[in-house]
Amino acid sequence: MIAIADYGMGNLRSVEKAFQFLGHDAFVTDDPQRTRDASHLVLPGDAAFGDAMRKLRAAGWDTAITDHIATGRPFLGICVGLQLMFASSEEMGQHTGLDLFAGRCRRFPAQERVPQIGWNQISIQQPCAILDGVEEGSFFYFVHSYYVEADVESESVALTDYGLSYTSIAARDNIFGVQFHPEKSQQVGLRLLANFAALN
Amino acid sequence: MLAKRIIPCLDVKNGRNVRGVKFSADIDAGDPVELATRYDAEGADELVFYDITASSDGRDIVMDLVQQVSERIFIPLCVGGGIRSYDDVRAILKGGADKVSLNSAPVHTPEIITQAAESFGSQCIVCAIDALRRPDDGSGKPSWEIYINGGRKATGLDALEWVDELVDRGAGELVLNSIDADGTRDGYDLELNRAVAERVDVPLVASGGAGTTEHIYQVLTEGRASAALAASIFHFQVYSIPEVKTYLSDRGVTVRHHAA
Repeated sequence: MIAIADYGMGNLRSVEKAFQFLGHDAFVTDDPQRTRDASHLVLPGDAAFGDAMRKLRAAGWDTAITDHIATGRPFLGICVGLQLMFASSEEMGQHTGLDLFAGRCRRFPAQERVPQIGWNQISIQQPCAILDGVEEGSFFYFVHSYYVEADVESESVALTDYGLSYTSIAARDNIFGVQFHPEKSQQVGLRLLANFAALN
Repeated sequence: MLAKRIIPCLDVKNGRNVRGVKFSADIDAGDPVELATRYDAEGADELVFYDITASSDGRDIVMDLVQQVSERIFIPLCVGGGIRSYDDVRAILKGGADKVSLNSAPVHTPEIITQAAESFGSQCIVCAIDALRRPDDGSGKPSWEIYINGGRKATGLDALEWVDELVDRGAGELVLNSIDADGTRDGYDLELNRAVAERVDVPLVASGGAGTTEHIYQVLTEGRASAALAASIFHFQVYSIPEVKTYLSDRGVTVRHHAA
């Protein structure tokens, strides 16, 4: 069973539908306790970093996520979900994140149109379980104004260019974060979600 | 590199896809779910459903279509047309749309943008404008006026000043629809797109007037648009989406080629 964390942010139904379309049991829950029996946990998000962290902590999701990861079960952050996995963000003030990855979240430089909206390519830096069968240069659907700067090179699995080169997939062991929306990225996105769901 | 997007727009009236010319004269252009499925298979980068019934019954029909489409199509869906309140925005996003497109409502109550962007994020708040070119005032500088209610009502608002306000209030993307060009298939209003591109930093979607692949190429290059929206050339299969994308990539424009 794949649990999708509902902490009051974003369109969660589309993530659930994508897993269900692939034939997996998935459910959206606003109760962190319900992740205890889940094999996989997904943290989506579309909102501002500071707001999102406050809501996560208030509902006890931060602890549930740490507990889930401690048992080695697969975890996936999507979009702001990826950003929250980093140590800090400069989005509307300074905020601390879940600190699963060393690094920070920064605003795109002014010469580009912000938010970045649309299909952009990934440049794969190292092998990763969720990229099985995903070709170098594949296009995924991105929507974001902030990007992550990863401090640990080995955790930066894929890069994307938008005014600068930034980490679009971060991973270590069984924890993964993607800046794009795999649930909105047609076949290639579904492939990535299927790879994640197949992990144990 | 970020690809330029090709976005088919489905104008939905009473559950059918229709297409007008200069905002009138509806022509039946098919079943929206069937069309959406075809566009997805062809590699559309996004889909827009535009409810031109704009009544509460119409809204239910559109939401039902979004629901049906989003069960099997995994690209972004945007819904517009007749959205009046914050509650409408919330209901549409909850119903499975990824973005809403606001048009007339912000003219009456600009706060709707601020409020919706704060709650749901700018990324899902698209503001569409319907702009009609003003007669040349002798200054040599083109200008446009904002119209609402499906292009029927003039507002007196200057389009370039209005887009500043939309972005300041939190619009994450703008759709620029030229009333002069709409449905004519004579080409997008390149000047309108360029003028807006110089003023604001959010992505711009050009709309109204696509008749050939060259028109699309022009607006994505000279017109500086991030995306091109088109309706009739796709509905009536004048061009397929792969034909448009091949034309663009042959001329050096980055597009996403869809592996079926």
